[in-house]
Amino acid sequence: MDVLIGQLATGLSLGSILLLAALGLSLTFGQMGVINMAHGEFIMAGCYTAYVVQQIVSSAGVSLIISLVIGFFIGGAMGALLEITLIQRMYSRPLDTLLVTFGVGLILQQVARDIFGAPAVNVVAPPWLSGGVDILGAVVPKTRIFILVLAVVCVAVLAAVLKVSPMGRRIRAVVQNRDLAETSGISSRKTDITTFFIGSGLAAVAGVALTLIGSTSPTIGQSYLIDAFLVVVVGGLGQIKGTVIAAFTLGFLNSFIEYNTTASLAKVIVFVIIVIFLQVRPQGLFTVRTRSLV
Amino acid sequence: MKAFVGRWQTWAGFGIAAVLLFGVAPMVFSEFRLSLLGKFLCFAIVAVGIGLAWGRGGMLVLGQGVFFGLGGYMMGMHLKIADAQIRGDDVPDFMQIAGVRELPSYWEPFASPAFTLLAIVLVPTAIAAALGLGVFKRRVKGAYFAILSQALAAALAILLVGQTSLGGSNGLNRFRTFFGFTLNDPANRRMLYFIAAAVLLIVVAVVRQLMQSRYGELLVAVRDGEERVRFLGYDPANIKVVAYTVAALCASIAGALFAPIVGFIAPSQVGILPSIAFLIGVAIGGRTTLLGPVLGAVGVAWAQTLFSERFPSEWTYAQGLLFIVVVGFFPAGFAGLAVVLKRRRKAGTDPEGGSGKVPEVDSDPDAEKVGATS
Repeated sequence: MDVLIGQLATGLSLGSILLLAALGLSLTFGQMGVINMAHGEFIMAGCYTAYVVQQIVSSAGVSLIISLVIGFFIGGAMGALLEITLIQRMYSRPLDTLLVTFGVGLILQQVARDIFGAPAVNVVAPPWLSGGVDILGAVVPKTRIFILVLAVVCVAVLAAVLKVSPMGRRIRAVVQNRDLAETSGISSRKTDITTFFIGSGLAAVAGVALTLIGSTSPTIGQSYLIDAFLVVVVGGLGQIKGTVIAAFTLGFLNSFIEYNTTASLAKVIVFVIIVIFLQVRPQGLFTVRTRSLV
Repeated sequence: MKAFVGRWQTWAGFGIAAVLLFGVAPMVFSEFRLSLLGKFLCFAIVAVGIGLAWGRGGMLVLGQGVFFGLGGYMMGMHLKIADAQIRGDDVPDFMQIAGVRELPSYWEPFASPAFTLLAIVLVPTAIAAALGLGVFKRRVKGAYFAILSQALAAALAILLVGQTSLGGSNGLNRFRTFFGFTLNDPANRRMLYFIAAAVLLIVVAVVRQLMQSRYGELLVAVRDGEERVRFLGYDPANIKVVAYTVAALCASIAGALFAPIVGFIAPSQVGILPSIAFLIGVAIGGRTTLLGPVLGAVGVAWAQTLFSERFPSEWTYAQGLLFIVVVGFFPAGFAGLAVVLKRRRKAGTDPEGGSGKVPEVDSDPDAEKVGATS
């Protein structure tokens, strides 16, 4: 029983990390169909933002809050810049976008390596996040609970923004029918940039959160990117609830399989399960139904 | 007339390539450089397969490192066992150091050379066919397929690092013999180069035949309009699976040659980065052409050897820029440049241009759109 709860807690924590990393992707990939391989590097940008902010603001608690905010805008600015300079030229070639953004990712990684050095750096977690909480006999570190809460908050805010704000309406309109949205007077160019800003900003927020549970190296983004993509693939395009369910499902699957086998084998088994799952639901859990053939 | 010229050109091309690879290269290059060229040729073999699957078939294969690694590891296992047998030991040297006294059971079949060669061909074929059928039959395509193939590469690399019975993150290395020929002997290393060159020529010939055949036309048709092909009564999934499998086979054979030529095979050759790196040469050379990927792969590998050790940081920047510039702005690669130049020179006189092999270079934005938005 203790083991079960322990694994549930691990799964929940892993799921929330996946969710944070994948949330931005579900906007840019899920909604716009752009495969942004540099998304992982935006996560990394968030990590290093937290690191730099902590060098300036010594209080760990204050710096965490500041970096969450600054990180969002730094990541968002990077994403918007990427959209304006490269991605907007390539909406008709999503597969090529993948390779181009991979190139961008390589460059960003090297920039980080040149600025901060290849060895990993550490960010100190604030004192009020040290220690753990006893949940039904399983001790869960407070940092992981913080990440879970942060993920939930991010999802809630994003969902609310998409649902009620004018900006969110415009985003949804462009996602569902670009031509019709344009005919209705929405600037799809501006909306694309906004969407990218939010998606990339969320990646950086994820990065800031990740510094709480591990050290930061230039390749940190890469290690989360594939998992994040798989979450979006399983979750299906265009809906946040799919991403949420997929993130926690994969989190639980991973933690339970990992407990019974090894970490490396778990990855492979989860991959096989995903391929089998796609046999049943090739479009993922949820999808926006359209009548178009393609 | 044109067909005749085309055919003549092809044979001439093959002849020149054979003379260059078998005659000129061994005379001009030193022992060291020749085996370096052998390594590049391995990458070129992978590139030919990628050219077929990606350039002609529109499938972005991001996981070729998986098949490269499979081929390499299977060959590596055989070589290690053979070395151990020559020394009179039961287990390869790195296992002895780790204190293992008994060969793991999955190693045992690889003691047989015939089994090893067969497995190098059959295992990747089976995996690619199974994965391809599973994915393409369910009409999972475009971006989804790209991500899945990438995830497979990541998973395999992680799995291999964890396998101490496969050398962990060091992989398999220090091979002494190759099917009974000692690798210390320069003549035998030269033989390995010749094998790689011969395999490359064969692979190019086979893939050329595939591209020129009705199958090749169907493959391009699937890339440009999968639904239309389906409505014509073909099953696009089968067509794609064949191309994917051939590409996997190319990668596996290349990996199997890579291991003895370079002297190691490790998880670092399997993961995401090496898998995607295979693509850059293909993109530069011209993904839809036959020889573009070969030249591109050799060129990029050569540049990497020149620069990556002296300027590691700058090389990474260059690699990233290559991806951005070539794929983003010149998706047809050098081959496209050649076509454009040829067209400009001939402006108006010959609307078809070229030998009928290259003109369809990148007119395929629609194809990929189909893939990703579904």
